[in-house]
Amino acid sequence: MTTQLPPGISLEKVDDRIMTLNVGPQHPGSGHMRLIIKVDGDYIVSCDPDPGYVHRGEEKMAEYRNYIQNIPHLERPVIHDSSNILYPYCLAVEDLLGIEVPERAKYVRVIAAELNRCIYILYWLAIYGIFLGHSTMFMWPAGDRELFIDLLEAMSGARVTHAYLVPGGVRNDLPANFEERCLRQVNYFEKRLKEYEAIFYQNPILKARTQDTGILSKTDAIRLGTTGSVLRASGVDYDVRKKEPYDVYENLDFQTVVMKEGDSYARSYVPYLEMFESCRIIKDALRKMPKSGSVRTKLKPNPKGGNDEVYRRVESGRGALGYYIVSNNRPEPYRVKISVGSFRNLICMPYLLKGEKLGNMPAVYWSLNYWPVEADR
Amino acid sequence: MSTIAPEFRLSRFIASLTDIIFWVLLIFSLVGLPIVFIVLFYIKLPVINGQLMTPYLAMTWMADPSRSIPIIKSFMHTTIFRVAVFPGFGFAALLAAATIYVERKFLAKIQLRVGPLYCGKIEGILQLMGDGFKLMSKEIIIPAKADKPIFWIGPVLFVGTAGAFVSLIPVAPGWVVANPSVGLLAVFATIGFFPIIAVLSAWSANSKWTFIGGLRALHQMIAFEIPLILSLLGIVILSGTLNLSQIVQSQEHYWWITFMPLSAVVFFITIIAELERIPFDLPEAESEIVAGWLTEFSGMMYGLIQLGTYLKLYAFAGLFTVLFLGGWQGPSIWPPFPQEIITQGITIGPVTAKFPGLPLFDQEMLNGTLWFVIKTVGVILLILLPRGVFPRVRIDMILHTGWYKLIGLAFINIFIALGLLYAGVLGPGGLLH
Repeated sequence: MTTQLPPGISLEKVDDRIMTLNVGPQHPGSGHMRLIIKVDGDYIVSCDPDPGYVHRGEEKMAEYRNYIQNIPHLERPVIHDSSNILYPYCLAVEDLLGIEVPERAKYVRVIAAELNRCIYILYWLAIYGIFLGHSTMFMWPAGDRELFIDLLEAMSGARVTHAYLVPGGVRNDLPANFEERCLRQVNYFEKRLKEYEAIFYQNPILKARTQDTGILSKTDAIRLGTTGSVLRASGVDYDVRKKEPYDVYENLDFQTVVMKEGDSYARSYVPYLEMFESCRIIKDALRKMPKSGSVRTKLKPNPKGGNDEVYRRVESGRGALGYYIVSNNRPEPYRVKISVGSFRNLICMPYLLKGEKLGNMPAVYWSLNYWPVEADR
Repeated sequence: MSTIAPEFRLSRFIASLTDIIFWVLLIFSLVGLPIVFIVLFYIKLPVINGQLMTPYLAMTWMADPSRSIPIIKSFMHTTIFRVAVFPGFGFAALLAAATIYVERKFLAKIQLRVGPLYCGKIEGILQLMGDGFKLMSKEIIIPAKADKPIFWIGPVLFVGTAGAFVSLIPVAPGWVVANPSVGLLAVFATIGFFPIIAVLSAWSANSKWTFIGGLRALHQMIAFEIPLILSLLGIVILSGTLNLSQIVQSQEHYWWITFMPLSAVVFFITIIAELERIPFDLPEAESEIVAGWLTEFSGMMYGLIQLGTYLKLYAFAGLFTVLFLGGWQGPSIWPPFPQEIITQGITIGPVTAKFPGLPLFDQEMLNGTLWFVIKTVGVILLILLPRGVFPRVRIDMILHTGWYKLIGLAFINIFIALGLLYAGVLGPGGLLH
């Protein structure tokens, strides 16, 4: 369209109104990634996530190490959820090598995984707090995390990178008096969780900021392939622990947390409620666990997998986490493919941020339960 | 590595110190003292009370409290003392420093931490000094494409404006740096400079984050300045004056907060917004726009901005005290100065020393200052408290609050004040006045 304008007058170009912002990787609110955000005034016109700043080639590294040597480096992508990222690897390798896991080891694994899930969610919640400018909500979960870190330290000897789950069971047995200590700390933690509700989730400013922002409808959540708490916050009752129970989850008493709203508030509230369920699982597992017995099936030295392929997945703190392992009669796997929840949730960020205000960016971004290091692997 | 941070040895440190002291003493005694005596040789020394004023006599007089106290007292009534020390910068900076320390400990207690702990042995009391030295020793980095003169002058202007604001706050009867008859208008005029400084620094830094932060600061401060001014109109109507000292005197029997709690609430919220504190710290929202309009400031430029912010905090809390909490008014709790020291002097063994000019401060002033400090610290703590329990709001929410709700409440308050005035309850010639 070429309308003749009077001399001296020109139309404003759309590009003149739009400012491109590089949120990250040095931005305090980005994590190890970059968001290329275009804003028109206070509104986000487009968002282009740019992950890959912490790609470490975990999958390729796994091809040069044997099945036992792979354990410590495969937990690095999410060091504060290390049991859950190792869980499907152990399950897959057990399938591959045909190992039977002792009954007590299964319970110990579940306890370790749920303790680690709480550690992850608390860390996530702390950062969600500071992203919204709530510094108390940063300090409280970061402090209460110590309860579970201490428990896992007693179990495995390491505070952060536990490498506790191994193919064939767990690395070592529980220490003496662990059950009492675990019960005491979990009960105390449940009391603390109720205080979080009062200071954070019932806070009127928090509700005004997160409710009705970044709404992800049920159909969109399924269509975009989201997983974990994002999917459950949009009203889809899907939890790998319920749908494809592994180890002893089918014997344990817990529920899936589902919310219908699909906004940032629901996405931040679902992990919080899941911590209650995790506490329930831990207490139930402590009750039902065999009081003695072996916790590890010894493997042959340098075990070889057959000419086979296997896929196993678990529910991690960020959603379904699966390992696809191909073996070709060698001590090392031929191919290890890690399918993580973070990367699947990243895809809905451009959809959710489009049309939002710039101030909603941290509220929506971090509610997606996205851990950049895990997504890059 | 060793060239950047050589290994620290206490013995070498002490040796270098004694080395420096040795050379200073040597140069002073060999070069400085002869120069002093040569100069003294040509100067005609004055004769005071029949005594030749030699340098030794001057030093003797300085060490004698009965001669030095009157000099100190006369110095205390000069303008420079007021500007630099007591109701002015020194007092405000001391309170601001105490505020920063209290804020950090207070927030730490809310968040189940310990706060500053090590610096200064006792509960980290010297932490602030350490931070100050750190800021001074840091490099000041100027962005390459910044508008350098304006960028440099921004923090200085900020501290200057905050200092001008501090100078208007009356601390005790008669103790105020500047006492214009339109004091409240002067306060509004001073506050009006802050958005301009924010936008100037933001624009001159030539960065996107500072630009967005500066625009946010501008929007927020302008949206909250109007309810700020309107909320104080009721007090002006009822007290019949714009002078801050006279407003304090008008609260001899009743504090204005008892009749205008609505106005106090509106004013308190606008204070938090003007100070850019949580929950209204949008211009510095770190997870959205790095540090807002402060992003490019480094080293002591940032330190100056922080100093200005805390001076502003003290000044706003002081203004709240002056307007709503009766300023320096309060029951007399300061003990009177012991009269026998004035009449008889102090006897130590065989010597009886009399100190003319005591007491340095009268009892009324000390009592007023005590009440002012107590009330102001209470208000400051109330301003700090939301930081521990609230997240940050969004820019549209804050503008909506400012332009709709607070202005409405401020107008309601004005009608209440007018009602009280025309009903003859309060105000000049009212029942309770």
